[in-house]
Amino acid sequence: MSEHQHEETHIVGYGNYVYIWLVLIAFTGITVTAAGIGLGNWTIVLALTIASAKSWFVMNYFMHLKYEDAVFKAFIAVALFTFAIFIGFTFWDYSF
Amino acid sequence: MSSTTHSAVHHVHRDDYGSRMGMWLFLFTELILFGGMFIIYAVYRFMNQQEFHIAAQELNTTVGLINTIILLTSSMTAAMSITAMQKGNIRFSKGLIWVTILFAAAFMLNKYFEWSAKIHHGIYPGSPDLLNKPSGEILYFGLYYVMTGLHALHVIVGVVFFLFILRHIAQKKVTPTSYVRLENGALYWHLVDLIWIFLFPLFYLIH
Repeated sequence: MSEHQHEETHIVGYGNYVYIWLVLIAFTGITVTAAGIGLGNWTIVLALTIASAKSWFVMNYFMHLKYEDAVFKAFIAVALFTFAIFIGFTFWDYSF
Repeated sequence: MSSTTHSAVHHVHRDDYGSRMGMWLFLFTELILFGGMFIIYAVYRFMNQQEFHIAAQELNTTVGLINTIILLTSSMTAAMSITAMQKGNIRFSKGLIWVTILFAAAFMLNKYFEWSAKIHHGIYPGSPDLLNKPSGEILYFGLYYVMTGLHALHVIVGVVFFLFILRHIAQKKVTPTSYVRLENGALYWHLVDLIWIFLFPLFYLIH
């Protein structure tokens, strides 16, 4: 554990956060505009795709996941995989 | 055991890495908590597509959009407060935490007006007006109140978390060389933002 005691600190500049914020706001604008156009069933697909992209930016940059060890990413992969199983098996039951 | 001749230097056990990992593990339980509700939402929406569509017309997209922008911005200021702390600018870090708290308050104020308007129109769980609607719409509003309500509760907890951090900064428990509590507070706040990123399109943008 002691090897982590002196881990190098990653200082992310203020400007980088503003840049990520602009990306997130732009994505929000796209979702709202797309929902207004009315793409039928594709609206929900697009909305969830954009929400996932926004989450990716929030986790990697705001939550510093980009600078964390691989084990953090592995944990997240396991958590999301477990959740995907829940969703998959539920719809297996309901959509057939 | 060991003699105390050398331990005059006060040693505090510290494991920032483990602390952040613990926070992430806690966030996974939040994923499952909200995830379960998102699955319920998905199944009911799948079974009542038309009624969800009609019920969603009642929500004010503008209010939802404003709250989305508020939370995204507050996430940015929370992340920036860590940068300020790392750079040794404690005053600026505290200022950014206060800005984050103010955004949280603005979010809750919006939520208050939004819920008040709904309740004023007779739409709240168990209300006579709501119970006269088709079952799909009742389910939609039930999920709306439970999911945005639980999310709002997380906003309040996030504020309390940040108030504790401000206190710890004042007590020098959070410093430019030891700021993992601030990092964990920010991680919690980003989770609140992440959940809203999904709640917004699923409740406000069904067209």
